[in-house]
Amino acid sequence: MSVLRTGHGRGAGTGDRRGVQDGAARAARTRAALVRGALMALPLLFFAAFFGYPVAAIVGRGLHQGGRWQFGRVGDVLGDPAVRHVLWFTCWQAAASTALTLLLALPGAYVLARLDFPGRRLLRAVVTVPFVLPTVVAGSAFLALLGRDGFTDSLLGVRLDTSVWAILIAHVFFNYAVVVRTVGGLWAQLDPAQEEAARMLGAGRLAAWRRVTLPALLPSVAAAALMVFLFTFTSFGVIQILGGPTYSTLEVEIYRQTAEVFDLPTAAVLTLVQFAAVLAILALHGWTVRRRESALRLVDPARTAHRPGGPGERALLGAVLAVVALVVLLPLGVLVARSFDTPNGYGLAFYRALGSTDGGTFSVAPWQTVGNSLRFAAVATVIALVVGGLAAAALVRRSGRLLRGFDALLMLPLGTSAVTIGFGFLIALDKPPLDLRDSWLLVPLAQALVGAPFVVRVMLPVLRAVDDRLREAAAVLGASPWRVWREVDLPMVSRAAAIAAGFAFAVSLGEFGATVFIARPDDPTLPVAVARLLGRAGPMNYGQAMALSTVLMAVCAASLLVLENLRTPSAGEL
Amino acid sequence: MRTTARRAVSALALATAATAVLAACGSSGSSGTDDGKATGSGGGSKTVTLVSHDSFAASKSVLAQFTKETGYTVKVLRGGDAGAAVNQAILTKDHPRGDVFFGVDNTLLSRALDNGLFEPYTAKDLAHVPQDVQLDAGKHRVTPIDSGDVCVNYDRGYFTAHHLAPPQTFADLVKPAYKNLLVTENVSTSSPGLAFLLGSAATYGDGGWQDYWKQLKSNGVEVVDSWEQAYNDRFSGSSAGKQAKGDRPLVVSYASSPPAEVVGVTPEPAQSPVGVATGTCFRQIEFAGLLHGAKNTAGGKALIDFMLSRTFQQDMPLQMYVDPVRDDAVEPPVFVKYGAKVDHPATLSPDTIAAKRDDWVGAWNGIVLK
Amino acid sequence: MTEIRKAVTEMTTTNPTADQTNPTHMAKPSAMGSALLRLEAATVRYGERAALDAVDLAVAEHEIVSVLGPSGSGKSTLLRAVAGLRPLDAGRVLLDGADQRGVPPHRRGVGLMFQDHQLFPQRDVGGNVGFGPRMHKAPREQREHRVAELLELVGLPGAQGRAVAALSGGEQQRVALARALAPEPRLLMLDEPLGQLDRSLRERLVVELRQLFGRLGTTVLAVTHDQGEAFALADRVVVMRDGTIAQTGTPLEVWQHPADEFVARFLGFDSITDAVVAGGAATTEWGTLPVPPGTPQGPCRLLVRPTGVLLSAAPAPAPAPASAADEGALRCEVVARTFRGGHVAVTLRPERGPRLEAECALRAAPREGDTVAVTFDPQDVVALPA
Repeated sequence: MSVLRTGHGRGAGTGDRRGVQDGAARAARTRAALVRGALMALPLLFFAAFFGYPVAAIVGRGLHQGGRWQFGRVGDVLGDPAVRHVLWFTCWQAAASTALTLLLALPGAYVLARLDFPGRRLLRAVVTVPFVLPTVVAGSAFLALLGRDGFTDSLLGVRLDTSVWAILIAHVFFNYAVVVRTVGGLWAQLDPAQEEAARMLGAGRLAAWRRVTLPALLPSVAAAALMVFLFTFTSFGVIQILGGPTYSTLEVEIYRQTAEVFDLPTAAVLTLVQFAAVLAILALHGWTVRRRESALRLVDPARTAHRPGGPGERALLGAVLAVVALVVLLPLGVLVARSFDTPNGYGLAFYRALGSTDGGTFSVAPWQTVGNSLRFAAVATVIALVVGGLAAAALVRRSGRLLRGFDALLMLPLGTSAVTIGFGFLIALDKPPLDLRDSWLLVPLAQALVGAPFVVRVMLPVLRAVDDRLREAAAVLGASPWRVWREVDLPMVSRAAAIAAGFAFAVSLGEFGATVFIARPDDPTLPVAVARLLGRAGPMNYGQAMALSTVLMAVCAASLLVLENLRTPSAGEL
Repeated sequence: MRTTARRAVSALALATAATAVLAACGSSGSSGTDDGKATGSGGGSKTVTLVSHDSFAASKSVLAQFTKETGYTVKVLRGGDAGAAVNQAILTKDHPRGDVFFGVDNTLLSRALDNGLFEPYTAKDLAHVPQDVQLDAGKHRVTPIDSGDVCVNYDRGYFTAHHLAPPQTFADLVKPAYKNLLVTENVSTSSPGLAFLLGSAATYGDGGWQDYWKQLKSNGVEVVDSWEQAYNDRFSGSSAGKQAKGDRPLVVSYASSPPAEVVGVTPEPAQSPVGVATGTCFRQIEFAGLLHGAKNTAGGKALIDFMLSRTFQQDMPLQMYVDPVRDDAVEPPVFVKYGAKVDHPATLSPDTIAAKRDDWVGAWNGIVLK
Repeated sequence: MTEIRKAVTEMTTTNPTADQTNPTHMAKPSAMGSALLRLEAATVRYGERAALDAVDLAVAEHEIVSVLGPSGSGKSTLLRAVAGLRPLDAGRVLLDGADQRGVPPHRRGVGLMFQDHQLFPQRDVGGNVGFGPRMHKAPREQREHRVAELLELVGLPGAQGRAVAALSGGEQQRVALARALAPEPRLLMLDEPLGQLDRSLRERLVVELRQLFGRLGTTVLAVTHDQGEAFALADRVVVMRDGTIAQTGTPLEVWQHPADEFVARFLGFDSITDAVVAGGAATTEWGTLPVPPGTPQGPCRLLVRPTGVLLSAAPAPAPAPASAADEGALRCEVVARTFRGGHVAVTLRPERGPRLEAECALRAAPREGDTVAVTFDPQDVVALPA
């Protein structure tokens, strides 16, 4: 029999002990903060050195002229009605594109995450292909869909090119995968049992979805919406090609002011305006998402997929396939067809030409750019995964304004003009200790800047959904915090990580904006090579551009398929 | 039971290894980084660095010959289009990235010179270059390397089929016969677009071009943002435009476009499908200059001399689709056979361009895009 | 059997503090000094609310202690504080006499079995059970051996390769237990160990658990809201209320002498009313009840345990109020009866006073609507502090 007595023990002595122990709790909190700080250190340093510093340098160069800060320019530029018009158009087309993309792609996310049908993986890779295509190439394919004698013209008698619809639909084409991959990544792991439980309790299919699935998905839907918005907000090529000269976005204006007119003060003000708009969007996103991310029951994605059953699901599958075929496959098909359509009939002449060096565009054969692109993309993906992964790990536990600020900082590059970053690199990274003037690293660094936010956005909702008690269970079993991360978080997040890596890779493969402004030794990437070929007259150049674009698509799709298969298998698949 | 973790780790290891291998391939392949350090090491360097825009190209064999003749290897840094490249050079003039800059044309020349981008150097073979392209002849801060004409191109097939004579001059373009046939580029975003505007301004004068453009507009001129779109998508005469179902038989392009359209076509056609309206041309001249603060001045000078040599000059046309400035350079047969001879292109002095450019662009926007 | 015995031996021998000659929980500490776990004025606050309010508690080696209380009483916080998952705001946690302040969970050497098991979904059964030994860098062979013997011990031999998602609730619970035991924690903590299981399984498992812990000599701190589970499992029961300890004692002590009305009601005793004790009897609304000798005099709350409510066949048609009052018999209507295995719980509505709960044998149970006469057994009448 135990002799231990219990008590309410509020007696003397506890008071002064409490003082000491408050310190202990504080120390624990301090330690947690330190760990977070350590995790954040590398991403912070990365973004400070390769984003904050270059952008500040170019903006500073613009606003600090003649030895004085020229803040008067802010008023001048903002007072210009043309600028306000551009800002307004930039914002609303981005909002409309985002809404349309969500509308069309969310069913796709469901179908690709939950329904099991032949060719699902291939389709998932294929819808990501547009994401890497240079807009110049895709834009011209889109004309085949929406322009004269195009699909809509011959079928409906409607020409949509140079209308705002062309811009919106093209944005769907480019960003379909953002939604499918970001939302689908989580959707595939949501426990269907919960929705089933709600339905057992009498909720209809739609009500169950709305009450159970939608709230659970909301953080990743918001993340996808944010990324689509930022991409369309900084849209350049699509606006130029499909919108025509009457439509102009902030991005186009910043490009013009920086690269053509060379009015750096105006460019600087526009960049600040862009920042302000992006920060406002980030604040809105944060406000939407905060407190809605919760621990979810995540399960093995292999278990959630099922064959489409019932007429409803089959109709949904059909509708999604139709949208994908029309909006994604058709334009891609046009490009592929053109790559074989040589002056002497269909054949492989353009592909053969890719192997020769006498085209004059490069000192290397165009096909060698495939190697360059893969190399840059691999390096950029590793950088983005490390930086983004650490940042996501630091951000898992929500707290504090500071951390939210950090979260927002990570997203800023997506909403920043490529020309700003490219020129910023140029004038900022040109002296020791960061003298990267002609280092090949500049390219993957710039690419990782765009890839890392993807990694964070894709991984964070999944990480936050991991039940904290699983981590505690591991800790109590003897796992140190690092082991907990490796043993619990990593396996749970490996699928998201693979998706994020795919994104980062695709982003890098297709990145053109910042890369083209970074002068570098002659190892052009695929998109740069395509652009150079397109910039020249003649069937051989154009044909090679199409062939190289097709190669780019194939490389992208193949890489994504490989990446997805690298994904760690679930337990039980011994 | 540890398969999961092991596979994750091995996947990561694989990725890292692949990266390392690829990175290794890259540095051995491009040999850029090592040479870069050599440049930094000072005057005795055997590398000369050329900074240029994305369109710069030269045959490997030609560059090899330069190395053979002078002992210098050329490293080329390229970034952006011509405008961006010049602006980048100005931004980095305190820490120049190379020794020679190539690719500033007459529309941007004043900006480059006013910013003190270049050191004077009188190239060896300057005597072979006509005076009218030596726009900085007094100071020799830049050396003309090539010229090219921006002209309206026409779709031969279209005009033959419609029994219509193709236009030849600026004035022709506003005639009702050519209504809704021309596509040109936005002067704010496209270099040929700007050149076409400058050509009209040179022809009609500071006070007259606006009226000309109003007529062009009422005659149905279409404006797109880039040359790529105009030529590859909208123009009916190019092979790309044919695939894209372009329906504009007139496009603002280059005098060198017709030969480009027959490269790679077998059997060789008698005529290029594209013709040039030689009375609508504006001449662009591209210059090279020794960058102020260059590390390898001697190498830079040698490179400029080489770019004016017959070897380089005769290599240029098929590499960059431009005309050599050297009077004794022999053009490749395809240029001779299919190219157009432009005798009296419109020109404007760089100072006039610098002074008027922004106003004209603004006025043009008001007339054409509104 | 041999396997199990081997396992037991190995477990006890690897535990340096185990008494090899007497591996069961018979050896009880006799002084506070030898407590394996001690909490001193342990306090945890969530904002203004104290989830643990200056709690003192000690658990001796090999002892099985159940913490019992309604949800929100601070039971789980107590476990989390001991495990190091929640730092204390004040007070101390000592394990083997060592202050655990600043010691992270993975270095405390305690095991914690979560309420909903929290098995790692990405790992199979073997991966789950072997997790702890792996974290402690046990060599592979030894680990596999240990996983096998633990699975045998919990009745799932050879289940290593099964996916956790494919397990039934009871099987998951067993795997969770094996996982918690695998790293040989000096203290095993269980959070609602049987919470999600159905009743019969729970009753069977609780007996198995007690036997198992007894064989292994495991020191256990279990929290539950189910008193039956707590009483069946524990050597000692701790009842918590609002972050403080309301009562502690052996199951029998607590059952027989609930410290106050809260504890009594929590244990399921609802036949409680106001009373005034004078001599050997208490005056209540139910009439005059006999009380055991030594009951404090004066006003109090009086509890009658169901076993102390004796039913007799009611003097059927013609009630005799005078005699009933004299004998202390109370006429009640049977409102409900609930079968509880071997006996029936009967809810009675007395002619006066609050409802009464009675317990009687299956065969003797009256039917709903019957009227019965009730007398009280003083052995089951308990005076609680007013």
